[in-house]
Amino acid sequence: MTRTPVILVMAAVAGVVFGFGLALSEMINPRRVLAFLDVAGRWDPTLLFVMIGAIPVAAVGYAVTRRQSRPLFSERFFLPERRDIDARLLAGAALFGIGWGLAGYCPGPVVAMLSLQWQEPVVFIAAMLTGSQLYRGMTA
Amino acid sequence: MTTTDFFNALAGGALIGLSAALLLVLNGRVAGISGIVNGAVEQAGIERLWRALFLAGLVLGALIYSRMVPDDFALRTELGWPVIAAAGFIVGIGTRMGSGCTSGHGVCGISRLSPRSIVATVTFMALGFTSTYVVRHMLALPI
Repeated sequence: MTRTPVILVMAAVAGVVFGFGLALSEMINPRRVLAFLDVAGRWDPTLLFVMIGAIPVAAVGYAVTRRQSRPLFSERFFLPERRDIDARLLAGAALFGIGWGLAGYCPGPVVAMLSLQWQEPVVFIAAMLTGSQLYRGMTA
Repeated sequence: MTTTDFFNALAGGALIGLSAALLLVLNGRVAGISGIVNGAVEQAGIERLWRALFLAGLVLGALIYSRMVPDDFALRTELGWPVIAAAGFIVGIGTRMGSGCTSGHGVCGISRLSPRSIVATVTFMALGFTSTYVVRHMLALPI
């Protein structure tokens, strides 16, 4: 049985934890992101440790799910099943990297950035939705 | 990088991992932000609502931190909107085409050893380094 109100509360809680983590780690600071991506300049490795901190904790979560028949508050797991590497994956990831290295924003941090300023995130998110919907329309 | 920066990055990362673990163990969902943003736009009913609440939480969590630690870093204002818009547009196409971003592939996918996510992460990191290199050191733009 799906427990709707609990699912909604937990989604909000997970969002708050994620947003706090993005701010604490300074992933939301595009200058810090670009300093991390600028390996040929004064390279700042700090953000490497965000992944080093995140992956083991998330992996514990996945280990827990292997002992669950279904999620605590939902009827099933919604996980991507594909394992094949295709050109679309590679080209998409490449484009994403180019855009990320251009302004220092990826989707999570740019949404969290709305807590600090409007100008950059609103323009970026509007353009991001446009690009995403355009690609969706072309492939539909 | 100071010692404080290092511990903040590690602790912040651990919280991001915790969020991904919670969303999966409790709700059975992947914390991939590009997918959540798209779903919040395209889905209806509870499928839209949980995503919208997650995104609202994302803003609230960052807001709580900024109230605890005011003026943590200086906001960037010098980068013009055409560059921001171009970057956002490319990120929108790329994350849709490549089925994910830093969170979905880089954190969630890698932590469950998905081959697609590992390849995607290596690719977007490599192109991120390249993009910044070209912009800063070849075109010498003040970005």
